Order: sequence, then structure tokens, then C-alpha cells
Amino acid sequence: MKREASRAISFVVNGAERTYKGPAFKRLIDVLREDFGLTGTKEGCGEGECGACTVLLDGKPAASCLVPVSQVHGRKVETVESLARGESLNPLQRSFLEEAAAQCGICTPGILLTAWSWVKAGGSADPEAVRKHLSGNLCRCTGYQSIVDAVVKTVKKRRAA
Amino acid sequence: MPKPGIAVGRSVPRVDADAKLRGVAKYIDDLRLPGCLYGVTVRSTIAFGTIRKVELDPCWPWKDAVVAGPKDIPGENCVAVIEADQPLLAPGRVMHPMEPLLLVAHPDRNRVWESSKHVQVSYDERDPVLTVSESLARKQLLRGTDNVFKQYLIEKGDVATAFAGAAHIVEGEYRTPHQEHAYIEPNGMAAWVEADGAIVVVGSMQCPYYVQKALKRIFPGRDIRVIQAVTGGAFGGKEDYPSMLAGHAALLALKSRKPVKMLYDRSEDMASTTKRHPSVVRHRTALSKEGRLLAQDIDVVFDGGAYLTLSPVVLSRGTLHATGPYECPNVRVRSRAVATNSPPNGAFRGFGAPQTLFAAEAHWEKIAAETGLDPLKLRRLNLVREGSVLATGQVLKESVSAAQALERVVARSSYEKTRRTHAVCNRKPGKVWKGIGLALVHHGPGFTGSGEVMLASRAAVALERDGRIAVLSATTEMGQGEATVLAQITAETLGLDLSLVRVETPDTAKVPNSGPTVASRTTMIIGGILMKAALKLKERVVQELGSFPTTTKGLKEAGRKLASKGPLTFEEEYRKPPEVVWDEAAYKGDAYGVYGYEAVTVDLSVDRTTYEVKLRAVHTSTDVGRAIHPELVRGQIAGGTVQALGWALTENAVFQRGRMSNSQFTNYVIPTFSDAPPIDLDIIENPYSRGPYGAKGIGELPHNAPAPAVVAAVRQATGLLIGDLPVLPEKICHGLLARRKAS
Ligand code: FES
Ligand code: FES
Repeated sequence: MKREASRAISFVVNGAERTYKGPAFKRLIDVLREDFGLTGTKEGCGEGECGACTVLLDGKPAASCLVPVSQVHGRKVETVESLARGESLNPLQRSFLEEAAAQCGICTPGILLTAWSWVKAGGSADPEAVRKHLSGNLCRCTGYQSIVDAVVKTVKKRRAA
Repeated sequence: MPKPGIAVGRSVPRVDADAKLRGVAKYIDDLRLPGCLYGVTVRSTIAFGTIRKVELDPCWPWKDAVVAGPKDIPGENCVAVIEADQPLLAPGRVMHPMEPLLLVAHPDRNRVWESSKHVQVSYDERDPVLTVSESLARKQLLRGTDNVFKQYLIEKGDVATAFAGAAHIVEGEYRTPHQEHAYIEPNGMAAWVEADGAIVVVGSMQCPYYVQKALKRIFPGRDIRVIQAVTGGAFGGKEDYPSMLAGHAALLALKSRKPVKMLYDRSEDMASTTKRHPSVVRHRTALSKEGRLLAQDIDVVFDGGAYLTLSPVVLSRGTLHATGPYECPNVRVRSRAVATNSPPNGAFRGFGAPQTLFAAEAHWEKIAAETGLDPLKLRRLNLVREGSVLATGQVLKESVSAAQALERVVARSSYEKTRRTHAVCNRKPGKVWKGIGLALVHHGPGFTGSGEVMLASRAAVALERDGRIAVLSATTEMGQGEATVLAQITAETLGLDLSLVRVETPDTAKVPNSGPTVASRTTMIIGGILMKAALKLKERVVQELGSFPTTTKGLKEAGRKLASKGPLTFEEEYRKPPEVVWDEAAYKGDAYGVYGYEAVTVDLSVDRTTYEVKLRAVHTSTDVGRAIHPELVRGQIAGGTVQALGWALTENAVFQRGRMSNSQFTNYVIPTFSDAPPIDLDIIENPYSRGPYGAKGIGELPHNAPAPAVVAAVRQATGLLIGDLPVLPEKICHGLLARRKAS
């Protein structure tokens, strides 16, 4: 147990190799927020229900409050901080801006990542399908409509381009 | 629709969007406080009784922990809201489960939880009061001589005589449950003590000046500075509770002399913070043969929980909206908020009105069922119009859109045709029954009665050295878009590009007291004050320079020229429009300056085997006066509608011995992307002469109509009138079984 705890865990966060030393069962969300200072990832429930803590793990959405850091050794993690390129927001973030799809914003990082995985994978522009893909992420402010509109808009723009 | 101005009427990017989309906005949990301790609360496990003994486990290493109890409170042991009956830490008597007893702080976020479990509390337990009927029957006396926190009576005309001459008399009883706000960011607060002894608190909140007021009584003689962190949703749930949490964090900070952070987890937040008041509302209605209202006799009871907190004002709004947006010559509304041994209920979007409007609207279905009259025709016949007189004697003078909202939603949703086709489909075999239901509501924005006069809110605009305009107000951004809308109103008034206006962080050291961010008052009331302040600034500049510059350079120069001649901050206070007259003692007059109106249809299906309800489509037609930011208005309506649909269908707060037993998202089910229906949002702009650019408050109105519309739709689908929220599949099942047995 002791030896396990002190072994370094390495993984790629937002394109950069990072190493973590500490308890192997620390939750990924805590490592990101406390050890790496990436506070864009939010905690809404700590039990896998709200999706606020969603990150992309090897490109797929995962609830970082349920993932012990030992499980990400050698893998690739993307957080909300990876989406914008310097000054410019990514196309999904831009649609969120235009549709006023972030209200209080606490659910936004998680929803952006779940939706980004949909957009990147060539998901459809059908609102029903978008809703289904996002149904693991809760938002209490928007009623979801503006978010669905923003995702659909991004998919359509990408197709047109 | 009026033409957009330079800023008003345009869906500009939200001023807070960029930081939120990048994940760099700092919520309270994101704030780094080097050397801080983490605080937790030891809470009561019983509903009612007295504390016999509190002991710290002698085997536990307490040396790194700091423990604070009632004796450590330097001033009054209270959380002052309207009264000061709620203690900061229960001193001896326990009034509800999850009541704060003791505080523990520790440098390690995990160890602090373990430490709190090593506090042993023993009690002398008493039989608790768990329902409003037990409270009214005085099973135990929790408050005064009758357990009643507050009561109101509104009387108009002669109710008794009207019943004597009625063609129809219809009675009904309606019940609504607790509702949890379920903001995705739980409550959180940080506090520290400055070298000069001043206490600073930062956190998730709606009302910095409420927190300051409460802390002044707990920590007398100290300067108290309160700063709002970026707030992850509130909906009323961060109106009064943050005062409690701030008191706790500050007490631990004072005792430990270190910064202290207190962050609730989901379960603690749900089980211990405020909820929407459960209600029992009885209607007795007299109607003419053709369905005209002759008399409404309404009895309202709200479950206030263990302490008074905001119950009197929640009840007041509920009472004033209890008749629905209808004109009736004879009205009696009697209402009471009573004490029970459960955590205090508080503010939640709509503030009492969704409860009483649910009853009023669901009751039309009962009336329709018993008289054979059509619910749409009944509403058309009775709804308020310009010149109508409400129960308090208020004459509706302007911006009365009940009929317009109703007709527009009926047309847009093809309500009448859909109702006919559903009726045909329901007679045939199939997998589902279908129903479409309707509701029509109103909502008075701003504080009730003389509330705004008593608040005397202030807000200011300042010309800053860098040539920008600062908006100084204590109203808070919690997602609704307040910062953007106030910037728009200020920019429009000054004829400036929005980029030249910035909104100051709500911080009691920097902004005047603009009152609380509640009651749909921000756009209408604070927006109105800012407009006046901006006009003053403009006047002053024009007086000096002959014209008002519209560039940074010009503004900078203006600032330089004016700086020597006095301050460049222009503050204004709320002034009541002279025509709005309210008599608090008699409870008569203009309860609100104006009302917003909304009509909603809900189209749904009920599975004939599982009784699962699926929302097919929702249409809303909403009069907002003027949409300062159309996209934000739509966001408020969509968000409020879905919250109300959750309350109507899935949000089932289960209370056992006064404690919420499903305090998790796993079993307290709020709507997801898949549950929420697409909504057709139709905005009506019928301007209010006293609102900035014609705007009326919009935040709460959308919570009123969806639930009764659901009940009406379920009635068409199943023939059952379920007047007891939420409409769970098991209730439909039981209703159908009962009906089968009876026939
Ligand atoms: S915080 Fe991870 S799912 Fe809610
Ligand atoms: S924007 Fe507030 S929870 Fe989604």
C-alpha cells in the first residue's frame, strides 16, 4: 500500500506530460484542481450524477469525481482549459457565447467537453440525438434549450465548412 | 416589437461569458487561500428536543482541529433575517434535523470530516410536529400560542351572499411539496479576519448586504466586508442561507485566526438548506350558470419549517397571487404560515406564487369537470383586462396582457385542434394516452406592497479615470444575466458602446446597498435607478462640456476636467411612483406596480402500461414589458419552465421525521437534457411606463404556469385530476385503480 502510494503517476493533461506523486486513490478531479491548479473542472455532486466534473479521458467524456488518479496513468486527459487557443475561443465555445448557453456557468465546462466529444466525433445535428448524448450532464439554469441550439449550430457550421 | 437601441433590445454577448466558457471564472471553491482551514458543521440528528451533552471523543487527536460552539459567539446567537429567532448554533433546544450545533475546522479537507464524526451529542428527544395539520392542531407549541408565524386576510365584496345566489359551487384541495433548488454549485463561503479586526467573507450568494446585516449582530463592533464570488446558480436558495454559512465561517476564522473555507457537499446542501414551502390550498368557488366568477373563498397554509426566516414575505406573495389573474367581485383569501420541526423553508423562484397559482389554475380543471364548461372558455370569460379590480382593490391601469398571452399561446400551440385530436386518439387502442393542458398566470415583479420603499435601494454610475463607466450596485450575477442587462441599460442611457461600461463586483466595500437580488426586481427596480443615475452623470458632463463624449478618449478628458469640481460618482435611490399606493395595515391597494403575464400549454403523453409521463411539447407566451436582452429573457423563461416541470413531475423530496431522506441527485430527480421538452418561447413586449425602456421583471413568472398545465394535460390524457404534486406514475396508477373499483 505504502509503495503504491508513492509511485509516480504520469499522464498527459491538455497536451503536456504531467507527473503526480501522492495517494493513488485521490480522485482525478482533486488532482486536477489541487495539484495542477486546473480549477475549470467543477464539482457538483461528487457521485457521478451531475457531470459538472466531466473531462475527456482518451477523448471520451468521464466523470473525474469517480476516477481514481491511478487509473489515468499513461492516458490522455483534456479539461475545459484546453479548448480555447489563446485569445480565440473554439467553435463550440463561440456558439455557446452567441446562444447565451452559459448562465451561471458551473455546468458549462463539463457540458462543453461532453458536447465537444460529440462535435469532434462527427455527431449529428439532430436535437434529439444531441440531447441524448448530453443527458449525463445536468444544468439547472438554462432549461437546456440554448445549449442544444449551440451544439446543433456548431455541428451545422462544421459541416458547411 | 420595438426597434433595438444602441445596447437595449440586442442579444449582445454576456459580459461574464468569456471567463465562464474558458473555465477561468473563480467560484468560491476555486479561490486559493494559503494556509486556510476547512470548516464543517456538526448537525442535529433529531427533529425536536434538547441537547443533553456534547462531548469530544477523548481518543481522537484534536490538536490540529479548532472547535467552535455557541459560547464562542461574541454577539447575539442568531441569524437575523426578518426576525432573529433562528440561532447560529443551537444553544440547547433542537428545532429540526440537520440544525447546526457545533463547528469544526482542520487544515486537511478530509480529516475535518472525520473529526466532526468524533463529536458525540446526546439528546432528550420529544415528539416532533411533522405536518401542517399537526402544527395547526398544536401537537406541540413551536411558536407563540398557535404555531402560526404569520397570517393574512384579504376581503373584497360579500362572499357569503354571493354563494347563496350561485348556479355552481365547486370545492377543491391542492397540495404542493418541498422543492430543492438544486443549483449545481452547492453553498460555499470563505472568511478571514484582517489585521485591524475586520471580518471579510467571500462566497456564493445573492444578497451581500443581507449577509453583512446578519454578521453585524453576531460580531458587534467589527467592520464586516462581504464579497460575492462567481455564483453557480441560486434561484432563491442563496438568499438567506448564506448568512448562516458566513456566520459559521467567520466564527471559525475568528477562533482559529486563520482563513476558513466551508463548502457543503451535495447531500449536506440538500438536507440542510432551504426549500420551497410545501402548501395546502383549498378553493371554494361560486360561479354563474355560464361560468362567470361570483365568489372565490381561498384558504392557504404554508409549511414554514422550524424558524420564521422569510416565511411572512413568501406567504404574502402567495396570498396576493392566490386568485389567479381573474376578476371576481367577491373574494376572501385567508392564509397562514405555520411551524413544523423541519429545516426552515425559504425563497425559491416565484416565492409563494407558484404554490397558490398552482391551486388556482388546477381548480379550473375541477370547475370544468363539475360544470361541464370548457377550461379555455372559463378563462376567457374571467381573465383580468385593463381596468379590472383585483382582490386588494388594485385597479390594473396598464400593460395588462392576460388575454393577449392566452390567445397567442392557444394559436401557436393549436391548442383547440390538438385537444380534439388527442380526444379522438385516446378513445382508440394504443400505447399512450395524450393530453394538452393550459394555464394562465400573472406575477408582480419587485418587492410586495411598501417593500421597495422600505428597502430604499441605491445604485450608482461612475466616470472612471480610464474613461470607462462603472456600474456600482450590490445586485448579484447568479446566472440570470444581471451584469449584462444593467450594463446595457447604462450604456443605452448614455448612448455609449457597451464595451465602455464595466460592472463592479458586488462587494460591500465598493458598492452601495441595492437591496437583495430577488423578487424579479433587478432589471425593473435597479435598472430604473441606474437609468436615473446615468442621466445625472450625463447632465453634469453636458453642463460642463456642452455634449456627452462617446469615446474612451473623450470620456477620459471629461473625467479630467470634472475631477477637480467634485466626485464623479452619481448615486440614486429608489423612488416610488406616486400612483402606486399600498396600505399595509388594511392589506389593500397596489400590491405591485405592474404584473407580468404568461400563458403556457403542455402537450404530453402517458404510457398506458407504465403510466410514465413524457413531455411532447411546451409553448409559452410571456409578456415581459420590454426584452432588454431577448436571448437572456428566453433563457430565463426556458430555465424557469423546466424547473417548474421538474416540480410538477419528478422532483419528489421525501421527508422522514423532518429530514430529507433523498438528498442526492440519484434520487431527487431534476430534469435532464432528455426529459426537458423543446419549448416554443413567444415573447410579448407590452411596455410598462415605469420600467426602464418598458421592462418588467421576468425571473420568477415562468415558474408559475407549467405545473398546473401539466395537471390539466394529465387530466385530458387519463381523466384524473391529480391536484397533489408531483404527478408520479404511481399516483396515476392509484387513481385509475380507484376509479375502476368505484365503477
Ligand atoms: S461532480 Fe462528478 S458527476 Fe457530479
Ligand atoms: S448554467 Fe447554471 S447550471 Fe448550467
